[in-house]
Amino acid sequence: MNPTPRLSIGPCQYFWPRDRVEAFYAAVADSPADIVYLGETVCAKRRELRPDDWIALGRELAAAGKQVVLSTLTLIEARSEMGVVRRLCSNGEFLVEANDVAAMQVLHEQRLPFATGPSVNIYNAATLRHYHRLGLRRWVLPVELGRDALQDILDDAALPWVETEVLVHGRLPLAWSARCFTARYHDLPKDQCGLRCLDYPAGITVATREGEEFLTLNGIQTQSGRVCDLVPAWRDLVAAGAEILRFSPLSGGTLEALDALHRAREGDPDAADELGRQPAVSCNGYWFGQPGMTAVAPARTPLERTR
Amino acid sequence: MELVCPAGSLPALRSAVDAGADTVYTGLKDATNARHFAGLNFTAKSIAQGVEYAHSRGRRVLMAINTYPQPKGWTQWTAAVDHAAALGVDGVILADSGVLGYAADRHPELPRHLSVQASATSGEALAFYRQQFGIRRAVLPRVLSLAQVKALAQDTDIELEVFGFGSLCIMAEGRCLLSSYATGESPNTVGACSPAAHVRWQDLPDGRLETRLNGVLIDRFQAGERAGYPTLCKGRFQVRDHVGHILEEPTSLNTLELLPELLDTGITAIKIEGRQRSPAYVAQVTAIWRAAIDTCLANREAYRARPEWQSTLADLSEGSQTTLGAYHRPWH
Repeated sequence: MNPTPRLSIGPCQYFWPRDRVEAFYAAVADSPADIVYLGETVCAKRRELRPDDWIALGRELAAAGKQVVLSTLTLIEARSEMGVVRRLCSNGEFLVEANDVAAMQVLHEQRLPFATGPSVNIYNAATLRHYHRLGLRRWVLPVELGRDALQDILDDAALPWVETEVLVHGRLPLAWSARCFTARYHDLPKDQCGLRCLDYPAGITVATREGEEFLTLNGIQTQSGRVCDLVPAWRDLVAAGAEILRFSPLSGGTLEALDALHRAREGDPDAADELGRQPAVSCNGYWFGQPGMTAVAPARTPLERTR
Repeated sequence: MELVCPAGSLPALRSAVDAGADTVYTGLKDATNARHFAGLNFTAKSIAQGVEYAHSRGRRVLMAINTYPQPKGWTQWTAAVDHAAALGVDGVILADSGVLGYAADRHPELPRHLSVQASATSGEALAFYRQQFGIRRAVLPRVLSLAQVKALAQDTDIELEVFGFGSLCIMAEGRCLLSSYATGESPNTVGACSPAAHVRWQDLPDGRLETRLNGVLIDRFQAGERAGYPTLCKGRFQVRDHVGHILEEPTSLNTLELLPELLDTGITAIKIEGRQRSPAYVAQVTAIWRAAIDTCLANREAYRARPEWQSTLADLSEGSQTTLGAYHRPWH
């Protein structure tokens, strides 16, 4: 019998106005989420909330019973950005999710335990063990890896005291660039972007010239066009070693999906039916060793085969 | 300033050495390196011949083992490191922390360079890799501006190597999954972006040409239009009513005109991209950069990138266009 997974809300990838952020996390406080990641991980220019605002929000969520983790910027390009990373790392209260080795270095220097996000490349047990010696206590599986890689890494590493988290729902973070693609779309220089990302709470859809929704522009980040949805396969994720299942915030539907998985983990049979109805534009291929954009039909999943 | 040139084959290695490369970088014929394409790279025998050729002429050889092994492939990567050490190469170019740790433990005397695939963009990241794995040099990602490169050079005493010419990765290297999203294979896992087995070229009845990656339409070219290799970031897509190069045009990086500034910044080495290119290409590009570096070192003040160098490099570039890329702030 595998343990019941905990459910997490990953850091919000989009740039939402402050009131929308506050409304979202008020709803998160009332949700069955166990863990909440807070902070700006995509673009240093997004400052609707500053580090101290995130920390204050973290205290409110902690008071509501959530474990709070502060997430750091993913692509660091300037010393000023390291200042924000250092502020988060030395918050003194909350665990920090490092999204780059620079943050790992700061946390290690301070002898603090830390987590790593999906953009820190941990592809094998030797890397996982090394980072564990530096203070790693939780890691998120890189999104391009799947079930087999996870099982192999955990078998090899034999580190039962490191918690493993897997992205179960949301758009996949695929790439980061120095260039802001939202500004480029508006033919604006990055330095004068006018914070256009505020106009795109779900990012900007990039379609092929045949109309297939392929990618999503989100400032300097490129995301999948499809929403990754492994919710129906949750038992399979847990069987492979995932102890925490992450929901990456979308402009809608995230808390509904989380609630359905919560009811399923509590044993509600109706919730399981709900989980089986995948939206048409979802994908889950990475987990099953397929291209990330692929939607593997539930009937072909290991979970379904064992029924 | 050291000129580091690509060698995807023994003939290319000889071309690079003969044309004036100080150092050539190579890789084995498997997924352990980030330029894993059919017909490219070195066997155990050819790499030994290459090392002998370069060393006999006083040049250095580096071996890139810069992909991210998963547990099932682990021993293949460690064997590649052992092989590099046994060959007596002058350094290994590594990205994965597990492999870096292995190399540092088993072959402490073998110089370790941090691959661009590790995406180290800050003084803290460089300090991390030096403290943990004793790296001697780091290859900087192609996402940094010249001002950011200068700031980094002030923050570290690790040798820095920057890209001077060749294909332009517009995403932070080692953290780009666009190719695997479409094909299941990425530079991180199999060492290839847009792997050839997933690429389809199709002539349309009206003379146009389509390129697809695992079925996904990447670009459609007019009759006679020069078609680039279908890397996702340089494809043409649709955003609302706009169709175009949403991420980047098919251009190559060319920093020839920045050479004096790079020299002033204290950059140790200039890297030329292109292990997938022909020996003739390697010879031409190497000869131009050799001449440029020598000219710049002889008289930094008088240095100008010569028009004939620039036109030859433009002819060798993707889409015949070159860019200063991220080094140049307006690119952003």
